[in-house]
Amino acid sequence: MDATKVAAALKGAQWLMNWTAARHPDFAARLASRDKIVQLRVRDARGPARHYFFGKSRVRSASGLHAKPDVTLTFRDAAVAWSIFRPGAKRLDAVNHAKNFNVEVSGDDELACWFTETISVMRAVGWKIGTPAGNGETRYVNGTNSGPVFVYVKDGRIVRVTPIDFDADDPQPWRIEARGRVLSPPRRTTTTSHTLASKSMVYSKDRLLYPMRRVDFDPNGERNPQNRGKSGYVRISWDEALDLVAGEIQRVKREHGHGAILNSHGSHHTWGNIGCYVSAFNRFMNAIGYTKMVINPDSWEGWYWGAVHHYGYNMRLGAIEPYGHVEDCLKEAELIVFWSSDPESTGGSYGAFEGTQRRLFARDIGIEMVHIDPSLNYTASLLGGKWIPIVPGTDPALAHAIAYVWMTEGLYDKEYVATRTTGFAEYEAYVLGTEDGVAKSPEWQAAETGVPAATVRALARRWGTRKTYLAVGGKGTTFGGACRTATGTQWARAMVCLMAMQGLGKPGINFGNLQYGAPVDLNFYFPGYGEGGISGDVETTGAVIQQYQRQPQLPSMNIVTQRVTRNRIPEALLDGKTEGYPIDPKSPYGQFMRFGYPSPGHSRVRMLYKYGGSHFGTVQESHRLADAYRTNDLEFVVNQSIWLEGEANFADVLLPACTNFERWDIGEWTVAGGYSHHNNCQLNYRVISIQHPCIEPLGESRSDYQIFLALMHRLGLGTYYSEGQTELDWCRAQFDASDLPKRMSWEKFLEKGYYVVPPEDWSVSPQPVALRWFAEGRAKDMPEPHPLPAGYPGRFREDLQTQSGKIEFAPTSLARFDDPGRPPVNRYIPSWEGRQTTELFARYPLQLLTPHPRYSFHTHADGKGTFINDIEDHRVLVDGYYYLAARIHPDDAAPRGIGKHDLVRLYNDRGSVICAAIITRRLVPGAVQCYTSSAVYDPVGDPAARIDRGGCVNTLAPTRWQTEKTSASAPNSCLIEVEKWTGAAAPRHDAAAAARTSEVTA
Amino acid sequence: MTQQWALFVDVAKCHNCRNCFVACKDEHVDNDYPGYAAPQPRHGHAWIDIRTRERGTAPMVDVAHLPVMCNHCADAPCMKAAPDAVSRRPDGIVIIDPVKAKGRRDLVDACPYGAIHWNEEREIPQTWIFDAHLLDRGWKEPRCVAVCPTGALTASKIDDAEFARKCADEGYAPLHPEYGTKPRVVYRNLHRFEKCFVGGTLVATRNGVVDCVAGARIELRQGGVSAGVAESDAFGEFKIDALAPDSGTYDLHITAQGMRPLQRTVTVAESVYLGTVELTAP
Repeated sequence: MDATKVAAALKGAQWLMNWTAARHPDFAARLASRDKIVQLRVRDARGPARHYFFGKSRVRSASGLHAKPDVTLTFRDAAVAWSIFRPGAKRLDAVNHAKNFNVEVSGDDELACWFTETISVMRAVGWKIGTPAGNGETRYVNGTNSGPVFVYVKDGRIVRVTPIDFDADDPQPWRIEARGRVLSPPRRTTTTSHTLASKSMVYSKDRLLYPMRRVDFDPNGERNPQNRGKSGYVRISWDEALDLVAGEIQRVKREHGHGAILNSHGSHHTWGNIGCYVSAFNRFMNAIGYTKMVINPDSWEGWYWGAVHHYGYNMRLGAIEPYGHVEDCLKEAELIVFWSSDPESTGGSYGAFEGTQRRLFARDIGIEMVHIDPSLNYTASLLGGKWIPIVPGTDPALAHAIAYVWMTEGLYDKEYVATRTTGFAEYEAYVLGTEDGVAKSPEWQAAETGVPAATVRALARRWGTRKTYLAVGGKGTTFGGACRTATGTQWARAMVCLMAMQGLGKPGINFGNLQYGAPVDLNFYFPGYGEGGISGDVETTGAVIQQYQRQPQLPSMNIVTQRVTRNRIPEALLDGKTEGYPIDPKSPYGQFMRFGYPSPGHSRVRMLYKYGGSHFGTVQESHRLADAYRTNDLEFVVNQSIWLEGEANFADVLLPACTNFERWDIGEWTVAGGYSHHNNCQLNYRVISIQHPCIEPLGESRSDYQIFLALMHRLGLGTYYSEGQTELDWCRAQFDASDLPKRMSWEKFLEKGYYVVPPEDWSVSPQPVALRWFAEGRAKDMPEPHPLPAGYPGRFREDLQTQSGKIEFAPTSLARFDDPGRPPVNRYIPSWEGRQTTELFARYPLQLLTPHPRYSFHTHADGKGTFINDIEDHRVLVDGYYYLAARIHPDDAAPRGIGKHDLVRLYNDRGSVICAAIITRRLVPGAVQCYTSSAVYDPVGDPAARIDRGGCVNTLAPTRWQTEKTSASAPNSCLIEVEKWTGAAAPRHDAAAAARTSEVTA
Repeated sequence: MTQQWALFVDVAKCHNCRNCFVACKDEHVDNDYPGYAAPQPRHGHAWIDIRTRERGTAPMVDVAHLPVMCNHCADAPCMKAAPDAVSRRPDGIVIIDPVKAKGRRDLVDACPYGAIHWNEEREIPQTWIFDAHLLDRGWKEPRCVAVCPTGALTASKIDDAEFARKCADEGYAPLHPEYGTKPRVVYRNLHRFEKCFVGGTLVATRNGVVDCVAGARIELRQGGVSAGVAESDAFGEFKIDALAPDSGTYDLHITAQGMRPLQRTVTVAESVYLGTVELTAP
């Protein structure tokens, strides 16, 4: 019976293809594009079989076996074949058959994929995408790092990019009533300058449009690694480029062994669950085997390496659960203390300005605000309130003094401390000075922080007598700023201790800055990119939580255990030896597991596969990278990039990728998954979007997925990698693996482009507030799978993930782990690079702060001729060149003869960066501030001279870890000097001294 | 009465996110809208120009941002200078015709607000067109309003009487009314950009400890007339705002319960933060 149906289906396939080709010339052209014979058969030679002749605009076929097909797909028997061909066939059946070798491919790997993709394309020809928008324009939908957008296209070119205006079919917004007023968000998405600059990124002068080879790189002869970063490129064909890269992958593995290939990527990529590095790139790298670059939690640092020991939350890298904050804060709180928290610059993460109206509302209903920051940041200048300028890196001293006032004046929650915490007596002994003879009083801290003692007392009394939200970092619960200094772990730890003294979790008392905890529906599931996308990787992504069951696919797994921590890639390449501590969020102890490089028996790294954003602009003392790129030991470098910028200039072969506007993808706004579970609770509306290919890829650029697939074909892994699917099929797989099919058909979703999840109806039962359960000593009622079941020391859901289950003032985990920088009681240890390091401070008397950028998303939208270059607060045009803006206080500028827009050299022993000066009183004197994440690395002369005019200010920052036994970076502890730059005089920088002045943890 | 477009700008709500500035570039760079506007150069032009003013010194600093764009004046100097090339539509939007205005560099100088920009390559004067081309296609508001996260920018199509009423009720006024061009772009909280403040931090020593003094009454007088009153907050800080720059000398009177009254002379050139002012017990 099955045999008859299969035979009919095979015959019907020919008819369907030709019927489609008759109506769709593009499809007819596709049929004509391969002059090949494809055969489908069952194992039994007597069973149904058919072979198809491609090469013309119509396909011919014949029953039975062909003598010399180019590729054959063999099904175990007719039953297997029918289960795959039948109408309504389940993807899971096909995957299971593949896993059990019931389906096999022999012959041309690329052709096999082309054939199955052709069947997919045929199914999709009738699907409509986009909406007519008048004036000859079509409106498509896409996703970016700060939200979904409408993309208007005319004649194959992007006209404009706008936020999404909701239509009558989209749900109404949530409402919160507080103090007699109603807050309800406008019916559209918010957006940012860098998203609005998307068109200028697509049509950038620096787009890589063709594959290129370094002009003096010969894989069969002289490779000239010493010239990386200097010599130019010659255009080559895709075939040459792909053959070269695939050949090098195999050569390096054969000559040196598994693990000789290192990956490297930015922490973010263009938006979308298919194109994200966790997805297509991960699947590709797993398929070839590689030494994994370990990312440090560089936006969380102090929280991950410090705070988790006091209260758990390791699964969120040190941030608390972010639920219910908006309503609780607006209804209950009397004061918000923003401490190193500037959500108006970085919008949570990916969250645009979704929290802005909430914060303005909070101010307007009378919630007081205080801002502790070395700069009057944009949140402070918008909202007003008391600005407490502080000397960078001294924040924990201020925190201890606040605790001192509370202890001496009885302004803390004694009952909470007694019942919900442990170790308070030890902390109290330290703060009061009964232990070491030094009272950590407001007067004690003044010399460190520059904050007058009277101000500290006023703050402590205000805070100690009012229900207060403590906003830490950009997210309000973590992220950036003070957690990225030498004292970052101390600061984060101190913040937990302060909130523990005030009754963390009680009404109006919590962490948060109104960016997170909006009343959206969080029970509706759509996967975040951190859940692995198409990777099939359950080891290193969040796929294990839901996707491995929801999205049938072949698994992938890296066979190499060797690792290199991101900030130590230069040492790995240059010295062949380094070490690191990992992100392992399962428990507070995972981070203690030191790993060395090289791993026992493993090869050193000989080849680098670089993907996405440049590390020159993000990793500390990144001039090291230029040295590392030019070592003979690094035999081959391929860089897959959209733009020729940053690290791309150091590659041997360049593979041009297209942007997310030129290919298919799918994703939900802000949804990262993994460490940032429910990152969408910062949104006014959850918006899930398909990402239409709005325009054709520019030049010869291709989607990342297509580049990986082409390489996989050369390794015979194409059918494994793609499972015979198109990128659109993978988007459909993500759609099907979510709750979306219950709400909207695939065809409607494709056409409209987005779905808005209606808000939860909290009138049924009030929205639970973060940590209220803990404050009230009952079972946890948060919609997060954290801690893991074993993480509870007592009964399930009734504890924090500490040993005691309570907040620990003197954590047991640190007590058993000997790290001098992290004693169990959080003692103030002055920064190892700051005003207290007198010898260095005498030479370099200014503190460089490099916050997350406001107008670019890391390297995205920076440089490359985008509109963002025209924003003076970001870059300044001087003599025809866009220099990064360096903000400096007039008291520091005047004695150095520096005026507005003067070119200045920021320098220390690690190097020099040429910037343009902005004179501002928004800074504490003695601090210089530049946005980090320059996309441009532009050495003046040879990179060895260590002068950059591109704006990679992090080249000046130390590589030293915050504490000895962490991999916690400290870019905001950086001493420099600034001088006017004429370009004529030789810089005073001494390259020899630069070699290793910053202490690298041995 | 005829309904005409108006843009309302709240200076206190602009935080320089630059969304309007970039949206304007996105709308016009590489895009030609015949009859409305020729393409904007990729770099250099700021049809929506954000100007910044910082006041005071740490810890009492505030910052204001002033978006400046074509005012779509009812009595537009550019129209007077080039009646053949500049026109005002019935909906109030002023359009510099991209063809007829070729070579009219003089229009750049004709605008007292500096809102007309010279396109070197095309040899035409250009300005922000209130997204007239989109409004004509049924869009509800210009893009700068749609992308403004704080609500600093709002737009309405209203008649003159309603415009006047809204300005009066909500405190909106044009930039430089003395130019007499009758702008349809109006601002509030302009004092944050144009005026000055006098501020300070009050402390007193009690029981050997320096503390902030809250609840003190501070009055600024000039020539015996009150120029403003403030009360110090929990941090001892006070601020009296909206003083004219270079407005001369004032007397500052500070009275706090249990403290000797204090009087100081303050000269206002620009904003003044007096620093820490110590009060003493009698």
